[in-house]
Amino acid sequence: MTNLQSTAYFLPELLITGFAVLIVLIDVFIGRAGRNRVIWTLSLTAVVVVGVALYVQPVPGEALFYGSLAADPFSRFFKWIFLLATAIIYFISPYTRQLKDTAQNEYYLFLLLVMLGMFLMASALDLIIIYLSIEIVSIGSFVLAGFLKSDRLSNESSLKYVIYGAFSSGIMLYGLTLLFGLAGSTSIFDVQEALANLPQGSELMALVALVMILVGFGYKISMVPFHFWTPDVYQGAPTTITAYLSVAPKAAGFALLLRVLGITFGADPSIPWEEWVPLTGLPFGVLIAVFAALTMTIGNVLAIQQDSVKRMLAYSSVAHAGYMLMAVTLMNAQALQAIMFYLAVYLFMNLGAFVVAIVVHNQFGYDDIDDWKGLGFKIPLIAVPMGIFLFGLTGLPPTAGFIGKVYLFAVLIAAKQFWWLAVVGVLNSVVSLYYYMRILKVMFMDGEPVDKTVSDHPAMTATVLALMVPVLLLGVYWSPLLELIRSSLRIFSPGL
Amino acid sequence: MVVPLHHIIAIASLLFSIGVLGVLFRRNAIIVFMSIEIMLNAVNLAFVAFSNYHGNVHGQVFVFFTMTLAAAEVAVGLAIIISLFRNLQTSDITEIHNLKN
Repeated sequence: MTNLQSTAYFLPELLITGFAVLIVLIDVFIGRAGRNRVIWTLSLTAVVVVGVALYVQPVPGEALFYGSLAADPFSRFFKWIFLLATAIIYFISPYTRQLKDTAQNEYYLFLLLVMLGMFLMASALDLIIIYLSIEIVSIGSFVLAGFLKSDRLSNESSLKYVIYGAFSSGIMLYGLTLLFGLAGSTSIFDVQEALANLPQGSELMALVALVMILVGFGYKISMVPFHFWTPDVYQGAPTTITAYLSVAPKAAGFALLLRVLGITFGADPSIPWEEWVPLTGLPFGVLIAVFAALTMTIGNVLAIQQDSVKRMLAYSSVAHAGYMLMAVTLMNAQALQAIMFYLAVYLFMNLGAFVVAIVVHNQFGYDDIDDWKGLGFKIPLIAVPMGIFLFGLTGLPPTAGFIGKVYLFAVLIAAKQFWWLAVVGVLNSVVSLYYYMRILKVMFMDGEPVDKTVSDHPAMTATVLALMVPVLLLGVYWSPLLELIRSSLRIFSPGL
Repeated sequence: MVVPLHHIIAIASLLFSIGVLGVLFRRNAIIVFMSIEIMLNAVNLAFVAFSNYHGNVHGQVFVFFTMTLAAAEVAVGLAIIISLFRNLQTSDITEIHNLKN
């Protein structure tokens, strides 16, 4: 599609940009008093307007801007995830004590821009857009992680984030150079064609490019061994941002990983892949399987040793990336479906757990697990949902986490491949039971019953309860979500 | 005289390795950023070389984007280093380790 025609299907992104410019302008003209409120209202309006645009805009299933971006149901599904995550973070930000004394104009602006970057990540079809969108998300996240300027931990976390981020995107860029060198074009479909026609014996080139690109993507989804930034950034950043980073950019990373690796390193670019086959001579499945096993195991084992709740949830989010990577080994339609389902469920569970951590910090200022003693008696309205989120993260019925995990394991079982990986996955789920249940035990078993219960701002309580509903509901009645995902499994391909 | 492609790629990979080693072994945050810049410049060199080899401008267009984003990244990075230096009076990354269990 030409540029002018494309703008008709590019409305959400254009609206985000428009609102971002509007926020910058308004920021200049209003006084300090009440500025946070005005900008917050404007940002929340932006999210709602973008949501409406996303809902009404037709999905042509074609490539926009001369083949740079895909407007397909696949990217639309991910855009809903990003939008939902951003909306929830916007909603709870004014009630977060950590952010009380800060000027939040830039905070809301950067969240909006990061969302724009993720929208582009989900639809990238071109090496330039891949790099550009990853960097838009990264640079915005660096600023957000260091948002508490006078807080040493926040400073440190953003420094580590910048160094790891710039380093891994540099390595990814070198991988992209190699792909460009092979194909002479920046379109991922041309790259696929070039890779498929490589002369015998030069598969090593494709493998080197794959590994280098995996460094960049792996950093975004915090895959071991590119996860080192995760615990530090998650602990130091403002908790709202931690919650955001653990959900939205991770989903964006998976969207990019599935589309780009699936097309570029697949033997056959016609989509959807009932049976996805990697390029001949490329050990794609084994490579990803090893990364998945490492990611799960290291994430879970290190999570056990943590005393800080935020750090523990950071390692747990590493482990969850590992569970989802299990399905990436096969990359067929069933795997894509399982990953998308898990990401949707994970959005609610993980955001829920982090919102609870924010509430506890608001009320008591705790971050250590041992300080959470007796919270089940002090704030029952928050502690009980936390229990449900933790059940979900462990993957126990009747929560949605269980269903999500069943689908992930079913991918491996149905394909009758990588049995060992499924076994590692199950063992890891058992390990994760230990540290999730430790929080539950501290909250409900330790400590004394108290006479007076505490409650946070009603907006926070409402958010926690609202996040609990889908975790429970999707655990017993998940077919609507599954139908939505099935209809979203159409990925753009020029052959169709 | 035409410089053959593999010579330029060799230089690019050499530069890239120097950059990677710099990131891994230098301790000053600013030097680390310089090393990352070396990595990105190696990438730019490789892009231009490949672009010339294929006889199209796609790679050279990519270089413009890389340079712009590298500048944006460093701008944010330096701002963070300054803010950290104000609080901790150091830019040595081995001394910055308040975040741990």
